[in-house]
Formats: sequence, C-alpha cells, structure tokens
Amino acid sequence: MILIGERINGMFKDIREAILNKDPEPIKLHAQKQYEAGARYLDVNTGPTVDPKDQPAVMEWLVKTTQEECPLPCCIDSTNPEAIEAGIAVHKGKAMINSTTADQFKMDIYIPLAAKYNAAIIGLTMNEKGVPKSAADRIALAMEIVVNCDMHGVPTDDLFLDPLMLPCNVGQEHGVEVLETLRQVKSLADPAPKTTMGLSNSSQGCANRHLINRTFLIMSMACGLDSAIADVYDPLMVEEVAAARVLLNKDIYCDSFVKTFLQK
Amino acid sequence: MAVNIVKEKWTSKVNEVVLGTDNTVKVGGESTLPFLHFEGEIPHRPVMALEVWDVEPTDWPDPVKEPFADVMSDPVAWAKKNIEYGADLVALRLQSANPDYKDASPQECAETAKKVAEAVNVPLVILGCGSEEKDAEVLPVVGEALSGKNCLIGPATENNYKTITATCLVHGHNIIAASPLDINLAKQLNILITEMNLPTNKIVIDPLVGALGYGIEYCYSIMERSRSGALMGDKMLSMPIFCNVGQEAWKAKEAKEADMPEWGEQKKRAILWEVITSTAMAQAGGALFILRHPESVKQLKVHFDKLMQSNEY
Repeated sequence: MILIGERINGMFKDIREAILNKDPEPIKLHAQKQYEAGARYLDVNTGPTVDPKDQPAVMEWLVKTTQEECPLPCCIDSTNPEAIEAGIAVHKGKAMINSTTADQFKMDIYIPLAAKYNAAIIGLTMNEKGVPKSAADRIALAMEIVVNCDMHGVPTDDLFLDPLMLPCNVGQEHGVEVLETLRQVKSLADPAPKTTMGLSNSSQGCANRHLINRTFLIMSMACGLDSAIADVYDPLMVEEVAAARVLLNKDIYCDSFVKTFLQK
Repeated sequence: MAVNIVKEKWTSKVNEVVLGTDNTVKVGGESTLPFLHFEGEIPHRPVMALEVWDVEPTDWPDPVKEPFADVMSDPVAWAKKNIEYGADLVALRLQSANPDYKDASPQECAETAKKVAEAVNVPLVILGCGSEEKDAEVLPVVGEALSGKNCLIGPATENNYKTITATCLVHGHNIIAASPLDINLAKQLNILITEMNLPTNKIVIDPLVGALGYGIEYCYSIMERSRSGALMGDKMLSMPIFCNVGQEAWKAKEAKEADMPEWGEQKKRAILWEVITSTAMAQAGGALFILRHPESVKQLKVHFDKLMQSNEY
C-alpha cells in the first residue's frame, strides 16, 4: 500500500497562502510531516485559485520546494497539462501524473507525457459523460486506458487506475461497484495495472470522515487496492494499513509491524 | 519455436556481510533465489567453517574425532588443522564456559580466543557455550579481546542480544541473531538489534536449523520464506542465513549409531548426513555453514562449486 499524502494542495488555506506569499515553509513542513506519518508519495496541487497561466510556474515551485528536503517523489496533480509538464520537468525520481480520464483527447496528451518522462500515471475510469454507475462500465473505460498506455509504451504496471469512489452520502450505490472494479481490474493486462483512489472523496460532506475513510481503505485493500491519495495525518488509518498488510500476507508479521511499515 | 524463459523480477537483495580483516570472507548479496544465475546475481559461494572446541568434546562420535585425534586438546593446533582441511573460516566454540562443563571464566575464554585468532589467517566465528546467561557474560569479554578482528559472534537470542550487540558495536564485530525456527521472531530480533544501531549488514540470521530427518522440511520453508521476503524488500529479513549443521547432524542417531550394519558403514553415513543436510539448506538460502567433519567440507566444496557455475540461458 503506497500512501499518497494529499495535504500539499491549494485547496487548503495554509498552502493557498504559502503559494500567494511564495513562502516555502508550510510546503516543506507538510512534506516532512506526511513523510514521517507514512506517506511514500506526495500529491502536489496548486488548487483552483491560481490563475491557469500562472499554474506551470507555481507547480514548478511547489515540486521543487516539496522535494528540497524531503526524499519522496510527487504525484503531480492538475487539470492543466502545462502545469503537469512544468512539474515533471523539475521532478527528482519517478513522478506520478494525476491524472488522465478515459477521454481520447486527454489520453492523447497525458499518456505520451508519462512515456516521455518515464512517469507513472493515474487513469480515472470516467469520461466526459461522467462517472459510470456499474463496475462493468468502469472496467470498459479502464480497458481503454490500458490499451492507450500500451500503445505509447507506458508499462501497464506504471498505470494506476482509479475506479472513482463518490461521497457515500450522495452516491451510496457506488461503493460496491468500486470494490468490484478493484477486483476485476487486475485481469486486464499482464503485468496487471495498479490501482489507486482519492480516499477522502468517499466521506466528502459526511460526519466521522476519518472512520469512513479508513474503513473503506481497508475494504479496498482486501479487493486489491495498491495505493491511495489520503489524509495520512490519521494515525489510526496508517496503523490499520500496517495491520491489513500483515493480514493480506503482504508483510511478514513481527511484533513491531506498525513500526516496520513506517520504516519503509 | 524459441523457449521463453520466465524470470522473476525481484525488487531487492540479500545484504552482503564481510567477515575478517585481511583475508576477508563475504556472504550474501544474492538478488535472486539460490543458484538461479539466469535470474540475478549470486556473488558468493556458500562458505564453510569447521568447528574447534576450547575443551575436548565428550559426546562427539568416533568418526568425527578421528581427523582431529592429535589436536583435540589444543584449540590452536586444532584451528590450524581446520585450515589445512580447507575450511573458509574457523568456528571457535567456547564450550568450556558452559556451567555443565568447566564453567570457565570469560577471561579464560578470551585468552583462548586470542591465541586462536593470532594463529589463523581466516575470519573467526565465535560461538557461545549454549547457556544464554553465560554467553551474555562471556561474549562481550571475548569480543573486546578480539577488538577490530571483524569476527562473527553469537548466537544472540531475544534474552541476551543486548550485551552481545553492544560488544559488536564497540569492537567492530558481526552478530548471529538466533531464533528457534520462527520467521516472526527472527524479524523481531533483527529489529531489536538494529534499534541498538548495529547496521543491518553486520547481522546474520540463525534459524537454529535441524538435521535431515529432524524437521528439515520446516527449516527449509522458513528459510525460503525469509529469502523471498528479503528479495521483496523486507529489510528486516535481508540478512544472510547461518546454518549450524555440524552440531545437529552429528547428534542424529543415523550419525551416532556405530553398531547398525544394515544402515551401512558409520563413517560414510555420518558424513553423508552432514553433507546432505547442508545441500538442502544451501538450496533454501543458507550462506554460512558450521561443520564438523573435514570430508564434509571437501565434498560440499565440489558440490557448491558446481552450483556456482552459471546456468544463464
């Protein structure tokens, strides 16, 4: 389970202000804190308030600042391809592109970008029509993305498919479809594509968000989830992931299993 | 039609441990399962140490005493003989310290260890007396006497690892982390030792193997699981595996029984017991073998050299 820390995002007030004031400290602080909390990738997003023409420069600064003291790679998160490329160009290590949908015009932009920079890429199982209701329709879109990755020489195990969980208070019927998608997606290619999800989405607008997030995370791990963009500041979630890895026979048990999970 | 060789892609490898100072011996470093040269690196052949005791052993069967008949009361001469017999390392067992033997003092043991160390030019393995409590007193004193010799010292268990780890840290030795055929305990002990800041490449895992006919299949599975754990990136199981085969093989009734003609000649079958146990352990990932009979070393050398020939496709 690769935890992708969600905190460096202009949607959060402190990050938004840091971007505005060009203040690197809050960025570095959250990079280090998330690393220590168990994150192994850091999502980096300028947020919607940055003007599109400024986004490439801001993304470049965010990636550089994030990696200045923290050894983790970034998951470069933007709807603006120029911002993504500006971020990858200065990135150290294996970047992850967040994200393409299954729309052909988007795949034609982002997948070649992943190939050019040898980056991993997140593929959302949706298109301009929206998020499908059923697992079968999600799988159909996943297959489109797999085929396009293959065409551009992006290894299928560098592809992280996101079956798109919706907030459980508005899209309650999606939970079981997402889990079913996670189970089926592994048979689409060899090597099997990886999977991810924006975990906090599942509890958007709900009470007891951490409880919902970590419960769904563990359920998803049992169905084969490989990574999640998540709030790693919930220590219970991180401990439960460590336990789940042991229960799923991914890590060999020892009494210090939580500690060894955090060491990796 | 061309045959497509399926290769496993491992993400990590076994740690390399270097023993000794001048004539160093290296173990570990594999990036695939044992002897699959076509799949990864197997940089070092399994190495073998012959045992020396600091007190004349009383319970060794005759066939294994015979090659050392004239040196068994003199650890220095015995150690030299082991090198003549082709051992890669010398394993000095401080049995005299055992409360049931002579209950020798740590200082007496250190004295002997120093003499042996001066007499040989191969790396030393220092083995305790079999009492966890006594080893915790003896091994630190011996470790200090051999300061800087980069020996391999143990076995350290859950109950006595602290003093032994400390001496390894201060005096530059490597530790044998022993746990009774239990992968979870092995991992936990490695964590405890590394928490004292001993680097992971100064540790070997001793799973306390059994001999052929005495639970060998269980040892095999545990060792194999820990090797695949290492190759998949489990840092706390990435240590080379230490196999004390000699003491187990020569304890087996098949090795000890003199009067059993239908089992074949005792000497031949006893040596075979030690050799076959070792070959199985090597296939499971064993890197360092403690043996008793020189003929076993000779036969295993031939066997291991063959296994080290490339099977690259």
